[in-house]
Amino acid sequence: MYTQALDSQGRDLVAAPPGEAAASAAFQARIDADEKVEPKDWMPEAYRQTLIRQISQHAHSEIVGMLPEGNWITRAPSLRRKAVLIAKVQDEGGHGMYLYSAAETLGISRSQMVEQLLSGAAKYSSIFNYPTLTWADVGAIGWLVDGAAIMNQIPICRCSYGPYARAMVRICKEESFHQRQGFEIMLTLAQGTEAQRAMAQDALNRWWWPSIMMFGPSDVDSKHTAQSMRWKIKRFSNDELRQRFIDITVPQAQFLKLTIPDPQLRWDEATQHFRIGPIDWSEFQAVLQGNGPCNRERIEARRAAHRAGAWVREAAAAHAAKHSGREGAQA
Amino acid sequence: MSETDWPLFEVFIRSRSGLEHKHVGSLHAADARMAVEHARDVYTRRQEGVSIWVVRSADIIASDPAEADSLFEPARDKVYRHPTFYAIPDEVKNL
Repeated sequence: MYTQALDSQGRDLVAAPPGEAAASAAFQARIDADEKVEPKDWMPEAYRQTLIRQISQHAHSEIVGMLPEGNWITRAPSLRRKAVLIAKVQDEGGHGMYLYSAAETLGISRSQMVEQLLSGAAKYSSIFNYPTLTWADVGAIGWLVDGAAIMNQIPICRCSYGPYARAMVRICKEESFHQRQGFEIMLTLAQGTEAQRAMAQDALNRWWWPSIMMFGPSDVDSKHTAQSMRWKIKRFSNDELRQRFIDITVPQAQFLKLTIPDPQLRWDEATQHFRIGPIDWSEFQAVLQGNGPCNRERIEARRAAHRAGAWVREAAAAHAAKHSGREGAQA
Repeated sequence: MSETDWPLFEVFIRSRSGLEHKHVGSLHAADARMAVEHARDVYTRRQEGVSIWVVRSADIIASDPAEADSLFEPARDKVYRHPTFYAIPDEVKNL
């Protein structure tokens, strides 16, 4: 589903270590020439670590992102909605798999990444620490959260690291139905009864600002943007992408005849952009630091799933060991 | 939580008959059969394929990118292998 300005969550990057200046310069020249970097190519350690952090956080976000929506699968209002929601949640799982594989090409193992997630050491997108209280939240997530995700992810399709770029192409293709099904849910509710309209408005009220924050800190405070842009891991700044999302989404809300929960929102004729009121960054920081409404619940759900699946993993490994001789003979 | 990962497999999909299998990504599986089933779930949720190959990543022997220059050097000065190398007058047809 999505990555938020994940580049903003790590340590500052260091200059090329002594002895690597020439190799680093050659590497940068390849990037500048729009060449793609592939797993076995030489790359600066900081480039490798930046990508491992970003791709694994992105993968974790897909996996944790299954939880808020999975919460509504058993209560979807129709068989059609249920089939769609299952397909969407399954896609998010698949996206996590593509991304974990891409990260593994950089030298981190799957079990290391799983451990980082379950121990709480790894970050994932702050948005998934909000609860899904009503069915309308499923619509709002598809429309806003997946919408913001697409805005973030499309530029990553041109990322300099080949495996990440290829995974993103696949993900973006699959993502567009996610946003459309969400908008369709919102549209149905918005055209429904008074209670349904109120439910849609309430979901928009709760998901608007967290979605806006998905783009990460303001450019003024985003310390990795410059380096990530030089390496062509990132193509646009957080604020550029955020503005693009706002400009596209506000008219969609108007079509739904729903109100964006921002009294200061206005159209700026001079710049031809919508201008929003101030973002409450203290909320963003609190959620990132583990104090969102559902942080503990999400990690505990992943831990429980991992524990509950242990016997399956063991059984599969035992079965594979037992049949390993035969399998080789078949080929 | 010091579990060992299942072996890594590379996945190749034939999108339809008549086309070659193409590398699409990788996944972990306990054995080859599970790798095929996982590949179906991970890489063909929208009918992207009619055939799947999986091969253990450890069994792939790859050329070394650091030696690409010397490995591919022999073909570099043989432009005469391309039809555009030959100058043929415009009035000569079907050549």
